[in-house]
Amino acid sequence: MSNYVVGQELAPHNFTINRELLVGYANASGDQNPIHQDEAFAKSVGLENVIAHGMFTMALAGRYVSAIAGSGTVKEFSARFLKPVVVPAGLDVELIVSGKVLEILDSAIKIEITAMCGDIKVLGMSKAVVKVK
Amino acid sequence: MLSPDIVGRTFVGANSFAVTQESITEFCLAIGEPDFSVAPPTFSIKITLAESETLLKDSGLDWNRVVHGDQRFEINRPIIAGDSLRCSSTIESARMVAGNEIVSVRSDLHHETELVASSWSTLVVRA
Repeated sequence: MSNYVVGQELAPHNFTINRELLVGYANASGDQNPIHQDEAFAKSVGLENVIAHGMFTMALAGRYVSAIAGSGTVKEFSARFLKPVVVPAGLDVELIVSGKVLEILDSAIKIEITAMCGDIKVLGMSKAVVKVK
Repeated sequence: MLSPDIVGRTFVGANSFAVTQESITEFCLAIGEPDFSVAPPTFSIKITLAESETLLKDSGLDWNRVVHGDQRFEINRPIIAGDSLRCSSTIESARMVAGNEIVSVRSDLHHETELVASSWSTLVVRA
């Protein structure tokens, strides 16, 4: 039986995003778009600064979701990229991910995920279905 | 604008993607995931976004103007080392909204005949 109840808030987790991590993600994912690494390029296309890959932010939220019941338990995962995560040189940007139980399913739970940078909501409509015992 | 005749068509990638433990470990290290035993839930983007890029560039879309709008995954089982994944991509819709073209692509990843994961990407081509 699941120990979860609808409406339950799951403990938030803080993640760090910085330039070095974006380079690592670019190499691991193959997404070498210069807007995620090159400040001059990012500004030349009208961005405030280098921005994180939306999929890097989603991957961190994915770590949060995976940690709920362990690796390999995530059945569905979705997000809308609402706002870019701006990553200035030499700074650690903090991403706070939290979750809330939306539904109890047959041996799974559906969770709503919130990802915030300061007071900016960066992922929207983010939901996950996680297999639980 | 994408040609309307490619909407709804499915394109099967020429090559399958051999998933190695090294590629899973590298992805896990990049996102800080401590458990390397299976691929993290968003790992498949590594395969599918590259396939979508090839498909959409070949269809005449300006990839430099593309922004990722949203993303969804359905994972039938975790991707593991040893999988040989073939990607088939379907452009499910392409429409203009406020001058931006919004393209929705579904990607299915099969290991042999088994559907391992499906994903949906909404890509926005800025005007």
